[in-house]
Amino acid sequence: MSGSYSPTEMMTVAAARALNNDDVCFVGIGAPSAACNLARMTHAPDIVLIYESGTIETKPTALPLSIGDGELSETALCTVSVPEMFRYWLQGGRITTGFLGGAQIDKFANLNTIVVGPYDKPVVRLPGSGGAPEIATSCGRIFITMSQSRRSFVDRLDFVTSLGHGQGGGDRKRLGVTTAGPTKVITDLCMLEPDRDTKELTVVSLHRGVTREQVRDATGWDVKFAAGLAETPPPTEIELRELRALHARTKVAHGEAA
Amino acid sequence: MATVLRLAEAIEANLRDGDTVAMEGFTHLIPFAAGHEVIRQRRKRLTLVRMTTDIIYDQLIGVGAADRMIFSWGGNPGVGSLHRFRDAYENGWPNKIEIEEHSHAAMANAYDAGAAGLPFAAFRGYRGAELPRVNPNIKEIVCPFTGEKLAAVPAIRLDVAIVHAQKADRKGNVLFEGIVGVQKQAVLCAKRSIVTVEEIVDDLGPHSPNAVILPGWTVNAIALVPGGAHPSYAHGYYKRDNIFYKTWDKISRDRDGFRAWIDENVIRKGPEAFAAFVQRAA
Repeated sequence: MSGSYSPTEMMTVAAARALNNDDVCFVGIGAPSAACNLARMTHAPDIVLIYESGTIETKPTALPLSIGDGELSETALCTVSVPEMFRYWLQGGRITTGFLGGAQIDKFANLNTIVVGPYDKPVVRLPGSGGAPEIATSCGRIFITMSQSRRSFVDRLDFVTSLGHGQGGGDRKRLGVTTAGPTKVITDLCMLEPDRDTKELTVVSLHRGVTREQVRDATGWDVKFAAGLAETPPPTEIELRELRALHARTKVAHGEAA
Repeated sequence: MATVLRLAEAIEANLRDGDTVAMEGFTHLIPFAAGHEVIRQRRKRLTLVRMTTDIIYDQLIGVGAADRMIFSWGGNPGVGSLHRFRDAYENGWPNKIEIEEHSHAAMANAYDAGAAGLPFAAFRGYRGAELPRVNPNIKEIVCPFTGEKLAAVPAIRLDVAIVHAQKADRKGNVLFEGIVGVQKQAVLCAKRSIVTVEEIVDDLGPHSPNAVILPGWTVNAIALVPGGAHPSYAHGYYKRDNIFYKTWDKISRDRDGFRAWIDENVIRKGPEAFAAFVQRAA
């Protein structure tokens, strides 16, 4: 057994497990970056990681603080310009899996990273979309990872930065989008997947020790649970060891004491 | 044809109040020293263009140099908000700033179209996203061959592009290495351009025939500023100062603290101060 671990560690491990060795992955900073690199260091050594700064097949030993840290280019197979990255590689349909997060998510996995409150009179002005609107529609499928609370899992987004499943059902197709969109949402409490027909996010697996009530309390809509609700296997010793070593190297690389 | 100038002369000669300017750099090679010179020369009413707006625009906005920003992401990477930008946008301090907001794909395509001399960029974008509702410069066009609906945005046209590179030779040919972002596109879509460099050399040295090089006749001014990208980095010269990015979060939260920092580190200093960052990192 692996002893104690934090909910965030569980989230990162669960997100890493969702990736395959043959994935070509468009990686965002933060939780997605940790998950993708953990996958590479455990069960998916050949996974291709691409960062929007232009680095292709990058293999950093520590997590970058920003999307364009030097190690990403130093350890990459090659580095292309940013227009080439968005035009040939993302829009060209070369990416199997895009990883996104956000400040707010709704029950159809649409995301907001632009504003809390009205666009013209923000309560909180967030950094903005970055690559998200086109990542959400151009990658074969999307995984989302973010911590779960009533502030982030909301009934109605203040702003739709990037498309998930729209208002549900066949909305993506109606908008001319042919990719699968969000197929998994991995949080610090559970894993959710869109219902096959309605596309509403449904809890399919609870992390060990988490109750349905906890998930309900952390969700701003009346969240549904799958009939065959599973328990997420806790992190293995190897997963925890690799993840902690990765974070320790990252602290050193960012100039903090390990 | 590129002229080698002191940084102060390069800015003085090429950047005017009210200009549309991009100081580009995708985390890497961000022209901080040049941005500080713009602050010292007290330029006003600039339109700032940038994909990954970060600290240098926070500083320019905080001193009141800009009244408009065209961007696709504005934050302190991996750290959080740009407090000076938010104070200007949300509270009008020190002045109000208008925004024109895009996605990265839109900006990258718009730079590319600008460099290519096209009036607009077409791409498969913004589907199901809300930015087209608030940004009238995002429109839809129909492909004349397939009927596919695509997003269209105006090409980026700059008065001035300001970028930082590893080196230039004495003819003003400029070599970029590592994460090259949209710097080449920015220079080629600008009427005038200023490039600060880590070093000026007789010969650019061994490089691939496919290296990212701007010929000297596409650049107006070259200024030698070792360390001029700090706290960003220059691949092969010095690393990113991640600690400064974290420290900026504290410095910039408070108006008085911000002004004191600018006074001490920008107004009372010159570009030569940046050389210390190279030595420290080496």
